[in-house]
Amino acid sequence: MASPLFAGIDVGAAATKVALVDASGALVGKAAIPSGMDFAEASETARALALEDAGASAGDLVRTVSTGYGRKNVAFADGTKTEIACHARGAHFYFPEAITIIDIGGQDNKIIKLDAAGNRLDFRMNRKCAAGTGAFLEEIARRIGVRIEEMEGLARLSTERVEIGSFCTVFSATEILALVRRGAKVPDIVKGAFRSVVKRVTEMDPFEGKVVATGGVVAYNSTVVELLSDAVGKPVRTPPAPQLSGAIGAALYARNEPASS
Amino acid sequence: MAEEKKAPAFKKIMAADMMKKVMANHFYDLNNAAKTGSPKVAWCTSVGPAELLRAMGFLVYFPENHGAVLGATRTAMDYIPLANAVGYSPEICSYLTSDIGAFLKGETPLSKQYKEITSLPKPNVLVYNTNQCRDVKDWMQWYGRRLNVPCIGIETFRNIGDVNEDAVKAISAQIKALVPTLEKISGRKLDIDKLREVVGLSRRCTDLWKQVLETSSAIPSPFTFFDGTIHMGPAVVARGTQEAVDYYEHLLPELKKRIADKVAAVEGERHRIYWDGMPVWGKLRELSTLFLEQKTCVVASTYCNSWVFTALDAKDPFDSMARAYTELFIVRSDDAKEKYIERMRDLFKFDGILFHDSKTCPNNSNNRYGMPQRLAEKLGIPSVVIHGDLNDLRCYSEEQSVTQIEAFIEQLEGKK
Repeated sequence: MASPLFAGIDVGAAATKVALVDASGALVGKAAIPSGMDFAEASETARALALEDAGASAGDLVRTVSTGYGRKNVAFADGTKTEIACHARGAHFYFPEAITIIDIGGQDNKIIKLDAAGNRLDFRMNRKCAAGTGAFLEEIARRIGVRIEEMEGLARLSTERVEIGSFCTVFSATEILALVRRGAKVPDIVKGAFRSVVKRVTEMDPFEGKVVATGGVVAYNSTVVELLSDAVGKPVRTPPAPQLSGAIGAALYARNEPASS
Repeated sequence: MAEEKKAPAFKKIMAADMMKKVMANHFYDLNNAAKTGSPKVAWCTSVGPAELLRAMGFLVYFPENHGAVLGATRTAMDYIPLANAVGYSPEICSYLTSDIGAFLKGETPLSKQYKEITSLPKPNVLVYNTNQCRDVKDWMQWYGRRLNVPCIGIETFRNIGDVNEDAVKAISAQIKALVPTLEKISGRKLDIDKLREVVGLSRRCTDLWKQVLETSSAIPSPFTFFDGTIHMGPAVVARGTQEAVDYYEHLLPELKKRIADKVAAVEGERHRIYWDGMPVWGKLRELSTLFLEQKTCVVASTYCNSWVFTALDAKDPFDSMARAYTELFIVRSDDAKEKYIERMRDLFKFDGILFHDSKTCPNNSNNRYGMPQRLAEKLGIPSVVIHGDLNDLRCYSEEQSVTQIEAFIEQLEGKK
């Protein structure tokens, strides 16, 4: 057996992420695939890809902790933790100080406050509404006929400020149709959509102290991080693999704790 | 894996069998009265002047109780759209919309629970008190128009701090003003001694119900909020009767024995939580199981405490009813509510508060004006807000709520 590995698997609404860490906590393997309709299958596939990425085999895994909405669908997990706990753990590993974490996920947003030791002081999640989440950006991309992965590049080409004011994803899409009719350019609409996400997130908390952003949306769209920094009036930092933050936290739990359920 | 473990067992409260009989008698008596025309039937808001109605010979039916049944049986969503279609918004009280919708469809879940009951007992009068909200008045007025039945009531002050004598006198005068109409409908004069007797029974019921709730101050707690939502039935629908008193005299010793025997409602109780706001009626089972699995007891709630009327006094029936129904948590200012929760914390020794932000019940969603933050600062009590609704499960995201509750309990565990 190679060096022992610890797996964290984050089965999110949009993507399933796996992180493998070694005994020192270093990230040695990773994978992120769409969650699809079968969480059990997605978790098996993502684990196999992460093991391949690490050049390891399932026999090298000492313990696995699952998190995310599908955490209870992972048959091979030894324990589960909520995504709040795992995002906190993952972010604090890279920023071991008092921080406020903004996680922008596929379906929900989380704000988590930690003290310098990594103890959770408070957390909150968005209401039952997709506005301000990855799902909102997916809907907007579909409406304006671009692929989600094109959005960051398009936002960089924006020259004029466009505001999308609605609280509701569906109404925002309608608002965008009105912008299109008025001749707004696609890059400006995309950046406006990013700004809308940032507004929804920053109305969740006053963001005192140091701020760290995680999640798939900031992983793929650095413009969102810049807009977040502008909105909170200070630099917003990101860990090396923002989308994997929850999975890394789960892997760190797998490393340090006996299986819990 | 957690889901493969056998779920911990609920501990049955043996008195529940008697409670079912009290509730069945309540509905059968109403059904018979509606069929025979005697005695007369009054519909009353849940914290309305039920004592006056009973003293004047009415049997009293509570539409809000029916609303809760619609929620608990998860039939509410079938009916809410029917009320929406006649102009009652999905944004307003989902007790109102589900109840009116059920009426429009000519159905009631009571018919499944109780043989021979096929419809609600037709009222002779509708009586409201707006101490909870304006929706209860709108609700009663809809029935008033629909059934051509008199609708009368009390307009209460809102957001009040200390309940002073001016407020009590004003409300008392409104209660007295109901009497002539009620006398005309019932065909009998108000007997003040009968009113004193009913108020006395109601007070006795309140005192016992309060003692039942306060058994949860024991560690471990013998009783949970979820038990309370069920066992409050007689305090809601039968207060002012001997049956309700008898029921709580039967329940209380069972809970005291649990305390003496150190029987915990939640085996291995590790955390204690206060529930603010409405229950999520359609998810009581799931939520109580979740807390049981998490070894967390929801020990107290604003909701179950809402049927504690310690101001009632048989010697001074009108003024004491006015005071009791104005001292209610829901009527009060945030300052008064926060002081109340502080007293509850001292009594029940809870480690955290769950605020249920109920989409269609703004008056009983206390997180919306910064109260969780103020209580955290003042008392050092952490809280979590879940977004849902009393009856409309379309407003409730179960996955998000479960994650939030589990994460909150993880947070409390981290403080141990």
